[in-house]
Amino acid sequence: MTGPHVNRIAIRNHPTYWAFVLHRVSGLALAVFLPAHLYVLSLAIDGAVRLDGFLHWAEYPLVKAGEVGLVVLLAAHLAGGLRILAVEFLPWRDWQKTLVAIGAAFALGVGVLFLLRAV
Amino acid sequence: MSEPEPQSETQSNRMLTVDIWRGDAEDGAFQTYEVPQMESQTVLDVVTYIQRKLDPSLSYRFSCRVGMCGSCAMTVNGKPRWTCRSHVDSVVENGRIQVAPLRNMPVIKDLATDMSVFFDKWQKSKSQFVPTDGDASEFAVVDPTSKERKAASAGIECIGCGVCYAACDVVEWNPDYLGPAALNRAWTLVNDSRDGDAEGHLRAVATDAGCHACHSHQSCARNCPTSLNPTASIAGLKRKVFAAALKGRL
Repeated sequence: MTGPHVNRIAIRNHPTYWAFVLHRVSGLALAVFLPAHLYVLSLAIDGAVRLDGFLHWAEYPLVKAGEVGLVVLLAAHLAGGLRILAVEFLPWRDWQKTLVAIGAAFALGVGVLFLLRAV
Repeated sequence: MSEPEPQSETQSNRMLTVDIWRGDAEDGAFQTYEVPQMESQTVLDVVTYIQRKLDPSLSYRFSCRVGMCGSCAMTVNGKPRWTCRSHVDSVVENGRIQVAPLRNMPVIKDLATDMSVFFDKWQKSKSQFVPTDGDASEFAVVDPTSKERKAASAGIECIGCGVCYAACDVVEWNPDYLGPAALNRAWTLVNDSRDGDAEGHLRAVATDAGCHACHSHQSCARNCPTSLNPTASIAGLKRKVFAAALKGRL
């Protein structure tokens, strides 16, 4: 449909839309990560040396930081999924922003806990 | 000595820069106008000023001017709004306003859209009232405090302006999607104790382009000028459809 090019951010810039975007992006990122995760697990079958080699590499700070990001994405996707289930299967609640905030706080909290354990 | 002319409008010296979409379904571009800023001026006043004083070829649609008919909805600075109820003061950004036609509907000319696709979907969602009492021989007794009536009452004030439909990304991504307004209407009927075909209404919206297509972005609820919540209505439909499917009724 041909139409005017207007600022699309204006209509999308609100908490429940950002929650949708985060849920999608985290889902896609995790889908990309999953094959890599399974590949690393498969190294254990080939032999302990290769797996240990990888685990050693995983101790580098940058990789650890990436791991924290991954954990935050995983927690965000979990919280986002639970939020969607609540929206679709429980009676409607008007405090939708609070639901989003709880989800975000959960994801960041899990990330912080993981970081504390990692360092 | 003659009396000074009474001023009907308080006009300031400030000018407003207004970008208006000019074009049709095929092509178009924004055209810029300078409009004097006035006290309590609405966006509809601005558009009307341009058409009456600057460019009579400008096309737009309006009727009541007081937020009852829902015909003056346009996209103002990226958001769908009733222009008659949008004060310039509340939407202006750095002395500038952009006015475009509603999104998700074909443009007829300039700011006027063809809303038939929007209304056709009310038909597709089978949103006609089906009376249980065909000849209406008795007054229907409806308990206003019942859960169903409260749910129906929460959604019935829709005037079909198309703002929610224009705010919805899912409509843009899936042109068959029935949209927030038609689904909200279906929800009010499903909860109306006088309606005799709740399952028929559910069947009509239990499709890929029906209630299950909604991503719960909630842009419809956020922009509805009458503060309705179509997302809540659609979530209700999802639950009813799920329950009916489990019971093998769909």
